[in-house]
Amino acid sequence: MALLETRGLTASYGDFQALFGVDITVGAGETIAIIGANGAGKTTLMRSIAGVLSNQAASILYRDEPIGALQAPDIVARGIAMVPEGRKLFPSLTVEENLLVGRYGRRTDGPWHLDSVYGLFPVLKERRNTPSTALSGGQQQMVAIGRALMSNPELLLCDEISLGLAPVIVRDIYAAFPRIRETGASIVIVEQDIAQALKVADRVYCMMEGRVTLSGRSADLTRDAIHTAYFGADPGAEHHELA
Amino acid sequence: MNWLDTILQGVLLGGLYALFAAGLSLVFGIMRLVNLAHGDLIVLAAFLILVLVTALGLNPFLAALVAAPLMFAIGWGLQYFLLNRTLGKDILPPLLVTFGLSIVIQNGLLEGFSADSRRVVAGSLESASVNLGPVTAGVMPLMTFFSAVAVIVGLNQMIYRTSVGRAFRATSDDPVTAGLMGIRPQRIFALATGLAMVVVTIAALYLGTRANFDPTSGPSRLIYAFEAVIIGGLGSLWGTLAGGIILGLAQTVGAAINPEWQILSGHLAFLAVLLFKPRGLFPRAVD
Repeated sequence: MALLETRGLTASYGDFQALFGVDITVGAGETIAIIGANGAGKTTLMRSIAGVLSNQAASILYRDEPIGALQAPDIVARGIAMVPEGRKLFPSLTVEENLLVGRYGRRTDGPWHLDSVYGLFPVLKERRNTPSTALSGGQQQMVAIGRALMSNPELLLCDEISLGLAPVIVRDIYAAFPRIRETGASIVIVEQDIAQALKVADRVYCMMEGRVTLSGRSADLTRDAIHTAYFGADPGAEHHELA
Repeated sequence: MNWLDTILQGVLLGGLYALFAAGLSLVFGIMRLVNLAHGDLIVLAAFLILVLVTALGLNPFLAALVAAPLMFAIGWGLQYFLLNRTLGKDILPPLLVTFGLSIVIQNGLLEGFSADSRRVVAGSLESASVNLGPVTAGVMPLMTFFSAVAVIVGLNQMIYRTSVGRAFRATSDDPVTAGLMGIRPQRIFALATGLAMVVVTIAALYLGTRANFDPTSGPSRLIYAFEAVIIGGLGSLWGTLAGGIILGLAQTVGAAINPEWQILSGHLAFLAVLLFKPRGLFPRAVD
């Protein structure tokens, strides 16, 4: 049984349709990467799953339960947490307060609490009482990931976590993912850095113009297939299934 | 003229203005909602206390204790079912709706209680005073001031030391991302307005026991509350206390020079702050 499944998911911003029948599945303990250029619909997909955008109930299933019409707090309560694009830390809260607010909607016991998040990102403990706005971009991203982990999610959605960060910082942040996976959580990573995505993901979905144009196991995808699905170089390519 | 006495009376009067303003400041700080019916809600709470005192024979302080949860429920419901619908990028809808609410409350109170001035009787406390060396202070003004300080300390403790307070601040910063943390902004806003109405009840207790009030007294209380909030800095609770004290001081000093200048002096102090520090004396770091 898939942990999460989208079935013909569509989403619109007013008259502008951003997703056209997206089907993805995420298995328990699996790490999925969703790649695609700007405007491909990746963030819209994440926002739909997280309950920021409302959809048809049955278009998103979580543990076989329709959750597409639920609001974000109900989604968090079910065990899905999101690291939003641009970090979106709360500027009037300190680092530690940002982390603590991550537990507001789901206070279940689990591997993640203040000490374990500080163990994952030790620099945050040193700066626990610092206003979140005073941190570097990389440290802010660590807070955003830690904040999402504080709800002990079964599914972690990470939207563009490498955006605007230096490669060395991105490497440090991605170094934390094996420890997150060890807890049994499934992870969906939205990423424009294809090499980074292929490195951490079990499977990859490539999106273009609101549709999935390629899916398969990371190890099986060829450079040409990704290039075609990512940039649309081959106009005849609709959907390459390599898995 | 005893300037020490004037200053003391000004500071104590500032406590009453801070109580008028604290609820307004809390609501504005969390949801950027300017509630034009705030003064009328204070008067509504004063009438509620009056009814409890006259109908049940309760002591005014006990009546306020009974009125507080009722006012909390009114505030919660008002925000959840009405005012939440007005919140958004456009600041006009909440202004229009709360202005309408102000008229509804005033006319409702006129229907129910007539236009007569009323007062809540607090017995011997009204005239009790204590000697503070060279000056004497009334017990009620002292209680008002210390209640204001207690309210500000309590609200600050809640906002900066509790999980709900973090949720208040997170929602104030970014309600969409707060939703991703499991926070329900609509309920947080309702809770904030409910708490503001508890503070309003405390303000109403002292309004009702220290001065006459009638169904149309609300707008003038709203003006004092606004001035205290803006002098202190939008969204800052300690600033609101300071704003109330500055307003009270300006009024009593003005009245000491010439009794006709009391109200004018307060407004002039407010205008001076607007002119030289438009964001108030102690604005929040993040706005």
